[in-house]
Amino acid sequence: MVGEGILKGLAETARNFFGSYVSKDRLTTVQYPEERLPQIEAARSFPFLVYDGSDWQQGMRCVACQICEKECPPKCILIEKSKDKKPDAAGKQQFYPAVFNIDISVCMSCQICVEVCPFEAIKMDVQYDLPTDDRFGGLLLHKQQLAKSNEYYNAIHPTEAAAVDAAFAEGRAKVEAKAKAAADAKAATEAKLTPAPQPQPAGGESR
Amino acid sequence: MSTATYSTSPFTPAPTTDSSEEQLLEISMGPQHPSTHGVFRMNVVLDGEHVVKLKPIFGYLHRNHEKIAENETYLGSMPYTDRLDYLCSITNNWGYALAVEKLAGIQVPERAEYLRIITGELTRLQNHASLIGFLLQDMGSSGTPLMYAFRERERILDLFEELTGSRMMCNYMRFGGCRVDMPAGWLDRAKKVVQEFPRFLDEYEQLLVGNEILMERTQGIGVLSRELAINAGLSGPMARASGVSYDVRKVDKYSLYERFSFRVPLGAHGDVYDRYMMRFLEMRESLKILNDAMRDIPPGPIVDPKMRIRGFRPKPGEAYGRIESPKGELGFYLISDGSPNPYRYRVRPPSLINLTVLEDLCVGLNVADVVAILGSVDIVLGEVDR
Repeated sequence: MVGEGILKGLAETARNFFGSYVSKDRLTTVQYPEERLPQIEAARSFPFLVYDGSDWQQGMRCVACQICEKECPPKCILIEKSKDKKPDAAGKQQFYPAVFNIDISVCMSCQICVEVCPFEAIKMDVQYDLPTDDRFGGLLLHKQQLAKSNEYYNAIHPTEAAAVDAAFAEGRAKVEAKAKAAADAKAATEAKLTPAPQPQPAGGESR
Repeated sequence: MSTATYSTSPFTPAPTTDSSEEQLLEISMGPQHPSTHGVFRMNVVLDGEHVVKLKPIFGYLHRNHEKIAENETYLGSMPYTDRLDYLCSITNNWGYALAVEKLAGIQVPERAEYLRIITGELTRLQNHASLIGFLLQDMGSSGTPLMYAFRERERILDLFEELTGSRMMCNYMRFGGCRVDMPAGWLDRAKKVVQEFPRFLDEYEQLLVGNEILMERTQGIGVLSRELAINAGLSGPMARASGVSYDVRKVDKYSLYERFSFRVPLGAHGDVYDRYMMRFLEMRESLKILNDAMRDIPPGPIVDPKMRIRGFRPKPGEAYGRIESPKGELGFYLISDGSPNPYRYRVRPPSLINLTVLEDLCVGLNVADVVAILGSVDIVLGEVDR
C-alpha cells in the first residue's frame, strides 16, 4: 500500500515523542547553564603549571627545561629560562621559568606538553568557561595565571594526581635513603680515620 | 537540449542575444550552502532544472596539513590528523599510527590492538549514524532523523570523552599502542551502548527505510556503475554500494581483523538508496565486531614498552599505511630521511577521491538530486581540503 512506509515512520515518531515522557534515557538534553553534566576526570581544556606547597613562586615544579616548548605542535608556549637558580619545593637548586606564557587562542588541547614533561609540572586544566573581551591579552596566559596548586590538580584529576604524588614520594624516599646511607658511610669512615668527635656532615639532599 | 555554449568563466555566462536558444545558467552552489557539508563549492551549469555540467571547487578549508607535518615531529602531527576528518578522529589517528609503525617496525601489544578496534568501530558507528542523519536532513526531512541519529552519536561521543578526554579531537593513538587505558567501568558502559544500538537501527529503519517519498527520491538516482567505481579508485561504502567487494579490513587484514568474523555488505544498484542502506548494514557488521572484541579483550600493556615518546627518529625509508576508515581507504604515505620530522607526508583522503565522480553521477538530474547525491558520498571538508 502506498503511504504505509510514511505511516510507519510517523508511528515511530509518535512513539519517541510520548516515550520521552516515560523513559528517562530517551531524554538526553541538558539545560546547559543551569544544569551541568558532572566533570569527567579525563577531560582536558588548556594546560596549567602545578606548584607544591602554598607559595606559587617557591613551589613551581617547572625547571624551564623547554621540552614542552619544543614539542608543542602549534608552538603556543613561550619560556624564558632564568639566569639564576633557586631552591624548588624539594630544596634542590633549580632553574625556574622567568617567563612562561601560553597562548590559549593557539593551543589545541592535544596534551602533548603533558606527556613529554619529565617533571610532572604541566598538566591539563578542565575549566572551559574562558571567554574574554580582549582577544590578544586576555587569551595570553602568564606564569601567575597558569600556576595552580597541587591540591587543585588532585581535585580535578584524582587518579592521575595520586599516581604522580606516590611516584614523587617514592623518589624522595629513595633520595633520602641514599643520602642517609652516604652520610652514615662517611661518618663511619671519618670515625675510623679520626677518633676525635667531628661535626656531622650535612645530610646531602635529604629534607 | 540547446546547442548554446556556456562561458568557462566562473562568473555569469555571457548573455545570448538569440532568444530562440535556451539559455544555460551557471550557478555557484556553496561554499556556504547548508547541503554541502562544510565549505564545498560546485559550479553547476543548468539547463532549466537539469544539470548539464558540474565542477567541484575545493580548497576553502585548506590548512596546509601536509606541509605542516613535514616541519613537525612525528608525534606532533598526531593531533593534526584529528582535524582531517573531524567526525572520526580515532580512525585518522589509527591510519597515521599504522604508517609510522610500518616505517619504524614497531609492534603493537594485543590489548592496544583490541582498544584500537573497539574505538575504531565505535567511530564507524557514530560516523554512519550522523551521515544518514545528514543525508535525510539534506533531502528535507528536517530535524527529526538527524536528532535521532545525533542522540545515538552522543552516547558514543560520551564514551570517547571519558576515555580520551575529548569528544571529537580524541588524539588517542600513539606509535606502538594507545595513549590511555580504559578507565574503570568504561567497558561496561560501552557494552551497554553497543547492546542498545540495534534498537536505534530498528527504529531508524522503521522510521524512514520504507518511506515512499524517500524511495522515490533516492532509488535510481546517482547510479554509479561498478566499472566507474573501480576506474575512479573509489573505496569504502561508496564503492561497495556499487558491488565492488573491497574492504581494507578484509584485504589487508591489518591489526587483528582476521580474528573477527564479519561480512562485507555489497549493493546491487549503486544508487543513493543503496549507499544509504549500505551504512545500516555496515553498522550491523560493526556491532558484531564490537561484541566480539569487547568480550575477548585481553589484559596487558597498552603501548610498546620500548617506545619512547621523545626523540623518535625512524630509519630512512618509506611506508604506506592504510586502513578502512568509515569513509573509505584512508592512507598515509611517509618518507623518512632519518631526521625527527618526515621528509614527505602525504594523505590519501577517501572523501576527496570519492568526490571525483560527482559530475558523472549528477549530469542529467535535477538540482535537488545533486544535494542527495552529495549527501550520500559522505564528505568531510576537513579531509577533502586538508
